[in-house]
Amino acid sequence: MLSADDLLAIRLTLQLAMVTTFFLLLLGIPLAWWLARSRRRYKGAVAAVVALPLVLPPTVLGFYLLILMGPQGWLGQLTQTLGLGLLPFTFPGLVIASCLYSLPFVVQPIQNAFESIGDKPLEAAATLRASPWDAFVTVALPLAKPAIVTAAILGFAHTVGEFGVVLMMGGNIPGVTRVISVQIYSHVEAMEYAQAHWLAGGLLLFSFVVLLLLQRFRPDKSFC
Amino acid sequence: MKMFAGRAGGWHWLVLFAGLFFPALPRAETVSIAVAANFTAPAKKLAELFSQESGHQTRDSFASTGKLYSQIHNGAPYAVLLAADAETPVRLAEEGLANGGSRFTYALGKLVLWSAKSGYVDTQGSCLQQGNFAHLAIADPKLAPYGRAAQQSLQALGLYERLQAKLVQGENIAQTQQFVASGNAELGFVSLSQLLRDGQLIAGSAWIIPEHLYQEIRQDAILLHNGQANPAATAWLAFLRSDKAHSVIRSFGYGT
Repeated sequence: MLSADDLLAIRLTLQLAMVTTFFLLLLGIPLAWWLARSRRRYKGAVAAVVALPLVLPPTVLGFYLLILMGPQGWLGQLTQTLGLGLLPFTFPGLVIASCLYSLPFVVQPIQNAFESIGDKPLEAAATLRASPWDAFVTVALPLAKPAIVTAAILGFAHTVGEFGVVLMMGGNIPGVTRVISVQIYSHVEAMEYAQAHWLAGGLLLFSFVVLLLLQRFRPDKSFC
Repeated sequence: MKMFAGRAGGWHWLVLFAGLFFPALPRAETVSIAVAANFTAPAKKLAELFSQESGHQTRDSFASTGKLYSQIHNGAPYAVLLAADAETPVRLAEEGLANGGSRFTYALGKLVLWSAKSGYVDTQGSCLQQGNFAHLAIADPKLAPYGRAAQQSLQALGLYERLQAKLVQGENIAQTQQFVASGNAELGFVSLSQLLRDGQLIAGSAWIIPEHLYQEIRQDAILLHNGQANPAATAWLAFLRSDKAHSVIRSFGYGT
């Protein structure tokens, strides 16, 4: 069955996924809006950077973050001057890494939804004297709601399944950075296959349920 | 149709002709070796010398001992295992996957306290007592023999309880070194073999931990069932015990 360490890892993973999803929505919705509406020339470059975690091996991301956040990296020097210390081996460090890692899973569905709304509903809102902010909150956001729910679920699930990045910069500290996937890896490496099965099977079931849930928020059901 | 048959006959002649020469040459075999990750550099050097000496070729796969174990368990076609511990070869022999009589210690690991900064670690290790650091990196004691040795050393020094909150764990000894090399952990326990190039310390400062503080890190080799019929596998194990191999192994910071 699950040990106390396993339960600690599960709690930590859920915590990490929740905090990460919160910040991802906070950051991802405006970013998706900008990507959907902007006509700037460097928009393509920003979209490509957002999509990078889709193709990069997580170990590459983790390796660069470890260096960037270290005492020689500019981010590490910034956090040290601010009196925050260094980010690797800490929970906030993991949150930042997870946000980067899951960013495309949140931004892309929302961006697609914003793009498919088109100009007409927003122009209609403008003729009714809605300010751009008003139109965004009362027209665009409600129309994109199914996509936002999808994005939140995807971001959450993807963070739960995160492994390589955490392994590279987490330092495997119980209750701080030892998440489920690291715990499973550690069980397998230590040849504790029975314990690995409990966690791995649970994760498999969780992922299946999440994907099943996603079917209910298919965009084709939401607007046409 | 007839022409085709005639041509095929011609090829048979060639094959027969070649067959007359090859049996006269010593048969060069290839041997697949599973090598514990910490022994990567010396294994490459040894493979080179071995093929010069015997004409046989080696094909090395590098991974952590735990991973290699599960691969062998699931039918990986390795002939020889060079493990990072003594337990895994014993376990494989008990499970009937290796020849227990062939097991021997090919290297003794040496534990080192290391910092990427020069002058940080003194030769008595008193920086550990002072504790002026945020993070001390060790390999996961559950997974890596060097992690276990680090834990034992800290316990023997009476510092384990006090420093536990500062410990960060690498999944293996290479990752532990990365934590220290990048400066994210001020110091950490790694293996001497990672820090030596041509007998010199590559960077920073180090303290070689006195061997009475931890249980010997014995790295054992064993002949796997897959390799029993392969003469190159037995030749490789014999080579690994030779004086020539021992001096190479020592030059990489291991004991023999």
